[in-house]
Amino acid sequence: MELNQLTIKEAQKGLAEKKFSSIELTKACLAQIKKHDKKINAFITVCEKEALEKAREADKIISHKQSLLLRNKPLLGIPIGVKDLYLTKGIRTTAGAKVLDDFVPQYDATVVERIKKAGAIIIGKTNLDAWAHGSSGENSDYGATRNPWNSDYVPGGSSSGSAAALAASMCLAATGTDTGGSIRLPASFCNLVGLKPTYGRVSRYGIVAMASSLDSIGHFSRRVFDAALILNVTAGNDSYDATTPPKEVPDYTKGIEKGVKGLKIGIPSEYFGKGLDERVKDVVEEAIKKMEELGARIVKISLPHTQYALAAYYIIQPSEVSSNLARYDGIRYGLPRERFADEAKRRMMLGTFALSAGYYEAYYLKAMKIRTLIKKDFDQVFSKVEVIMSPVSPNPPFKIGERINDPLKMYLSDVLTVTANLAGIPGLSIPAGFVNGLPVGIQFLGPQFSEELLFQVGDAYEQATDWQQRRPKL
Amino acid sequence: MKTLKNKKINAKNAKLSVEEVKHVAALANIKLSPQEISKFQKQLSEILDYIEILNEVKTENVEPTSQVTGLENVFREEKTEKCLTQEEALSGAKDKYQGRFKTKAIFND
Repeated sequence: MELNQLTIKEAQKGLAEKKFSSIELTKACLAQIKKHDKKINAFITVCEKEALEKAREADKIISHKQSLLLRNKPLLGIPIGVKDLYLTKGIRTTAGAKVLDDFVPQYDATVVERIKKAGAIIIGKTNLDAWAHGSSGENSDYGATRNPWNSDYVPGGSSSGSAAALAASMCLAATGTDTGGSIRLPASFCNLVGLKPTYGRVSRYGIVAMASSLDSIGHFSRRVFDAALILNVTAGNDSYDATTPPKEVPDYTKGIEKGVKGLKIGIPSEYFGKGLDERVKDVVEEAIKKMEELGARIVKISLPHTQYALAAYYIIQPSEVSSNLARYDGIRYGLPRERFADEAKRRMMLGTFALSAGYYEAYYLKAMKIRTLIKKDFDQVFSKVEVIMSPVSPNPPFKIGERINDPLKMYLSDVLTVTANLAGIPGLSIPAGFVNGLPVGIQFLGPQFSEELLFQVGDAYEQATDWQQRRPKL
Repeated sequence: MKTLKNKKINAKNAKLSVEEVKHVAALANIKLSPQEISKFQKQLSEILDYIEILNEVKTENVEPTSQVTGLENVFREEKTEKCLTQEEALSGAKDKYQGRFKTKAIFND
C-alpha cells in the first residue's frame, strides 16, 4: 500500500513509530496529484510549498519524541484537502467562482485554524460547485471534477473536489460543507465516509456562507474512526459563530466500537418510494439485513412530510443564498457581479422572488412552516427509534452532462438529503456497495448532537463489511 | 416520492412574466441579456411550478422555523479584540483612495 492510501489512524501509527516521515507522506500525496489531477480536476489550488514546509515542521516535532505533544496535535503531519469555500489566510480562496478568482483571504476560518493547530497539513484547496450550488461538481467555474471510479461520471457535489481528491488518494481526509447533502452525496458517489454534523456543532466562521440556517461544516474520511478524530478537532463552541451552542465536545473516538446490539433503527417508508432505483434499493436492503445480523432491531417508521422537503428547501435555501451573495459587490474584494454563472443567478433570482413583497407569505413563510412540520416528524420518530437508516441518493452516480441542462432534475438529487438540513440533525454517509462499478452509500441520521451514536453505528457496519477498503483504478 | 410533472411551460402560462424576471433581476442586482431573460423565465417557472406542491399542506396553526438551535440572545463580552489592519482590509480592493475603499457615487451632485 502507498503512503497516500493509508487511513489517518494508520498514518499516525506509522509516523509515531518512525516508519516514514510526514515529508514522505506529503510528497506521496503531491505526487499523486501531479499524476492524476489533470484528469480528475479535484484541486483549484495546490499548496505544495506550504505543505512541504509544514511537513518539515511536523517531522521536527515528531523527532523530538514528545507523545504529549502528539496528543495535543491529533492531526500532526496528516495531509488534508480543504474545500475552496473555507477561507485560508494568504492562500487563494475562490468558492469555485470567477467572482472570487483573485481573492486572497486575510484570515483563516475557525475550522482551518483548528486543524492547523492540530498539526494538519493543508495540501490544497479543493474544487466545488461555485458557491456550493450544485449536486454534481459540474457547476464549478473551474471545470467539472470527475469521479475517480469512472471518469465519465460525476463525483457528486457540491464538495466534489474533496470527495474526488480523497477517493483518488491525493490526501488522507478532506473538508466539506453540507447544506442540502453536499457532503453525504459525494461521499456516497465516491465510496467514502461523509459526516454532516448537527447544525451548530462546528463553527461556520470564515466559510463562505451559502444558506446560513442550513450550512453544516463537515468532512470526508476513509474510515468512521478517522471521521470521529477530525470532529474532535473541529467541533465546539466558537465566539465568532453565534449559532454554535456551548455544548461540550466529547472524545468521539471513545467507545466507538460499542456495537449495535438492541439498537432500534428506523426505516422510513417515504425514502423507499417510487423514485428509488431498484439497484440502490437492493444495496440498502442488504445493509439493513447486515445491521439486523449485528443485533439491531429494525423498525418501520414514517416521516410523512418527506415529499414536501425538497420544495421547502428550494425556497428557503435560495432565499438565504440571495441574501448571502449580495455582499459580492467587487468593491472591497473580488470581481464584479457580471461574473456570476447561471446557477448562482438562478438561485439569487429564485430567492429574491420568494422574499419579495407580495410573495413572501406564499413562498418563504409557507416553507418555514413546513420546515417546522419536517422537524416535528423527526422529533416524533426519534422518540421511537435511536437512529434512522436510508439511501443517500435515489440513484447511483450519473454521467457528466446528464442533468446539467435540467436544473430541476439536478435538484432532485437532493431529495433524500435535504431533510436532515431542514431539521438540523446530523447524518453519516457510509460506503455500502456498488452498482455497475459505481459506489452507493447509505446514511444514518440521528437526533441533534448524536454524532457519538452515529459513529458507533457506522463503525459497526464498517467492521462487518469491506466496501471502504476498495480503491478505484486510476 | 412525487415524480416530476411534465407540464409544458410557455410564455402564456409561465409562473413568472418577463416583467417579473426583469424586476427580480434588478432587485438582486444582476444584469441579464434578453436571451438570459427568456431562458431563466422558463427555468424559474418550472421550479416554481414544482414548488406548488407545498399548497397541499395545511399550515394555518403552524409556527415558522427560522433556526433550529433554539439559541436566543447570544452575547459576547464588550471588549476590543484584534482585528484586520487597514492594509489587510484594503488588500483585495481594486479601487482605493487614501486608505479607503472607493465606490460609485450614491448622490449625484
